[in-house]
Amino acid sequence: MTTTDLPSPGELPEVTVDPAAMRHLADAQVNVELDTGDMVLNIGPQHPATHGTLRLVVRLDGERVVSADPIIGYMHRGYEKLTEFRTYPQITTLINRIDWLSSFANEVPFIAAAEQLMSIEAPPRAQYQRTILTELSRIATFLLFLGEMGLQVGAITPAFYGFRDREYVLNLIEAVTGGRFHPNFNRIGGIKDDLPWGWISECRTTMNKVLASCDEFDDLVVGNPIFQKRTRSIGIIPQQLGAAYGVSGSNLRASGIDWDLRRDGPKYLVYDELDWQVWTHPDGDSFSRYWVRLQETRESARMVLQMLDQMPSGPLMAKVPRIIKVPEGEVFVNTENPLGEMGYYVISKGATGPFRTKIRSASFSNVSILPWLLRGSYVPDIITILASLYFILGDIDR
Amino acid sequence: MAIDIGWGTTLAIKTVIVLGIVPLTALILGYTFLLKMMSHMQSRLGPMDPGGFHGWYQLIGDGLKFLQKEDIMPDHADRRVFALAPAIVVLSTFLVFVVIPAGPRIRVASLDSRGLFDGVGVFYALAVSSLSVVGVLMAGWASSNKYALLGALRAAAQLIAYELPLVLAVVGVVIQAGTMSLQGIISFQQHGSLFGWSGIGFPLILTQFVGFALFMVAAQAELTQPPFDMPVAESELVAGYMVEYTGFRFLFFFIGEFGTAFAFAALAATLFLGGWSVPWVHGTAADVLGPFVLFAKVMLVAFLMFWARFTYPRFREDQLQAIAWKWLIPIALGNILLTGLLKVAF
Amino acid sequence: MKREIKGMLTGLGVTFKTMMKPAVTVQYPHEREAPAPRARGVIALKEENCTVCMLCARSCPDWCIYIEGHKEQRPPRREGGRPRSVSLLDRFDIDYALCMYCGICVEVCPFDALFWSPEFEYSETRIAQLLHDKHKLGEWMETVPEPEPLEQGAEVKGKK
Repeated sequence: MTTTDLPSPGELPEVTVDPAAMRHLADAQVNVELDTGDMVLNIGPQHPATHGTLRLVVRLDGERVVSADPIIGYMHRGYEKLTEFRTYPQITTLINRIDWLSSFANEVPFIAAAEQLMSIEAPPRAQYQRTILTELSRIATFLLFLGEMGLQVGAITPAFYGFRDREYVLNLIEAVTGGRFHPNFNRIGGIKDDLPWGWISECRTTMNKVLASCDEFDDLVVGNPIFQKRTRSIGIIPQQLGAAYGVSGSNLRASGIDWDLRRDGPKYLVYDELDWQVWTHPDGDSFSRYWVRLQETRESARMVLQMLDQMPSGPLMAKVPRIIKVPEGEVFVNTENPLGEMGYYVISKGATGPFRTKIRSASFSNVSILPWLLRGSYVPDIITILASLYFILGDIDR
Repeated sequence: MAIDIGWGTTLAIKTVIVLGIVPLTALILGYTFLLKMMSHMQSRLGPMDPGGFHGWYQLIGDGLKFLQKEDIMPDHADRRVFALAPAIVVLSTFLVFVVIPAGPRIRVASLDSRGLFDGVGVFYALAVSSLSVVGVLMAGWASSNKYALLGALRAAAQLIAYELPLVLAVVGVVIQAGTMSLQGIISFQQHGSLFGWSGIGFPLILTQFVGFALFMVAAQAELTQPPFDMPVAESELVAGYMVEYTGFRFLFFFIGEFGTAFAFAALAATLFLGGWSVPWVHGTAADVLGPFVLFAKVMLVAFLMFWARFTYPRFREDQLQAIAWKWLIPIALGNILLTGLLKVAF
Repeated sequence: MKREIKGMLTGLGVTFKTMMKPAVTVQYPHEREAPAPRARGVIALKEENCTVCMLCARSCPDWCIYIEGHKEQRPPRREGGRPRSVSLLDRFDIDYALCMYCGICVEVCPFDALFWSPEFEYSETRIAQLLHDKHKLGEWMETVPEPEPLEQGAEVKGKK
């Protein structure tokens, strides 16, 4: 993995598809019998390592993986069908639950799509608060990741630290929105409520706590030679392949591609008014994915501190009619969610709810690389790779 | 004290003591370190309600819960082997306790001057602690479960690989003390002196620190504790070779694990820290004080073991083997060489 | 090699330091934490304000609100006026087994009859008992906190 042929910042690599590299098992084998020679191991759907109900049918030769098939769909809840019969505020409530760990971030692209169709823009104070809440969700979900990847690799203590520090962030989100996990706070034209008194200073204290806890993770996990032995050179995603499969988010940045929709996509929220940087790592292995997410947590905390200082005063909602009917049209909005790139393609026919919504979820594409990635690895490495890709089943199956 | 009790009664009393002490020590170790120390290291409190005072009753309650569970055996399991496996694992724990002395005259069996086996306490303890490998393999195979089998194979490879560093680490101690009998090693440490000062005797950890480190690492691996807990990797194989066990059979495994932890910690305390001895206490006072001193030293050693357990992630199986064969054994051999040279030279 | 040993020791240091600090556990039910005033615990109903307009039942994503009402005649306010008809609630049930705690009903109510309350200790032993009627919802009105002041820079006064 060299750093010389990295694309420049803000640029996706040119994808040339190599059929040999893309070859993987086309048909998932759902009913498996015990073959002679190789052993077929069924990891999941109930398993502590797959984050939810993912089923991996793995064919082993001793401890080496010969082939791996992810079988998804155990958690399919029919989101796209649900959106056909509900209004926009109701859908905002439902889509919180797609990626439940960073729920605020799921609402943002959908509301942005509706606002684009209506050609209204939320006032700056609302944009700032949306960005703050998105970054708080990012911190919350990454803290959980930092903890539970340590758990998957075998260290039981980081998981508790991750959950403990996440509580502070969730208390912040609850103080503003009323819900710890499912804020349901975006509205077409702005957000629902303003910040309560004393929230800004509490947020500052919490962000400093988050930065301190990131240092703790540095000491406990990243600096630990056992962790490095378990994660370095494990599950390397080559750049071309990653981009071809549609892997996005921190997984792509850990392979060296400097692409972040917050900076390189069309403008959404207030990221262009902040002073922040995108973190990449040249190796594409599990360690770099952990490292990139750790740095991004720190970066998000710093961004929140900046936004608290810069927040403008003003109204929270743009002028919207009481009963919102979105004019006809279609639009696709994608944003940089903590898990990767999430997008909503909304087709509206002028009613109070969309005609059709297509949800492009990040984890679906991230998981599609698993058959290629797991070939040739050991069984413990399967767990490490699954943990480092960081997918949420609700995001895969919707 | 010379009360004349027949050998049968003595045997019965000793059996009862060992049978009682092993679960008791497992309980104490489990409570202090697994429930309380681990919790505080993770910023939480651990059990607080059972028993009212900081949840001291938790493990006893757990034990009773296990005892009243239904005895389930998988359909295709090998019934006799399945039932015997936990017994063998626990058997090896009991057998190690037999030989650890808790005072100059308090030990279950001396194995010190019996003619044929003249002073073989160390040899016996290390030999008998390897019996658990058989039990683990039996458990994994008889469970008729692929996960259990994977776990048992990993465990067997690991336990056998780490036997060697364990034994070789102790050889340095034996060379320096000049005897394989545990009481002999303890009295060597008790009556020794440091540059002429006999204040704390001569705990062998001072010169055998390499051996101590090796022993601790190898003991950690023998107990399949993180960072060497691949066989019981919780997030992969759930419970490894123990996955099909429930009820009192699982209780046996649990007692075996923590009892063996206590046994290895006791061995380390005896070989490197001086066991029950405090240098200026002899005779009957040592008999009374001995168990407490031993207990304190064991807690210290166990603290180190469990501290490492809760901090480190686990090694992959091949990395684990590489560490044993490529690092620990050469270091242990080097330690033996050095100890031998220095012993002959001085 | 030295870096690796240092890495191992710093890890041990972190766990040791955390062990020395007090634990963060709140021992529920002996101690309780108060949730934020805006926390969405349970929905309370102020029956006097309700005009049975059914907006909340219609806008609920799960359709978990069951409303029945009837109209009554009231005497006219002034002499010679028409008698007024007033809608009164017969039944206002919220099925908390279905409720998503989204708050759309509270938001759309034009007469401020529904409020959020941070009360969370209302679990039942059977799912069927989670259907709460208007008396229970009215009891929860006592736990509804006052609207809190907002941060500086906010334009709108605090509302729930």
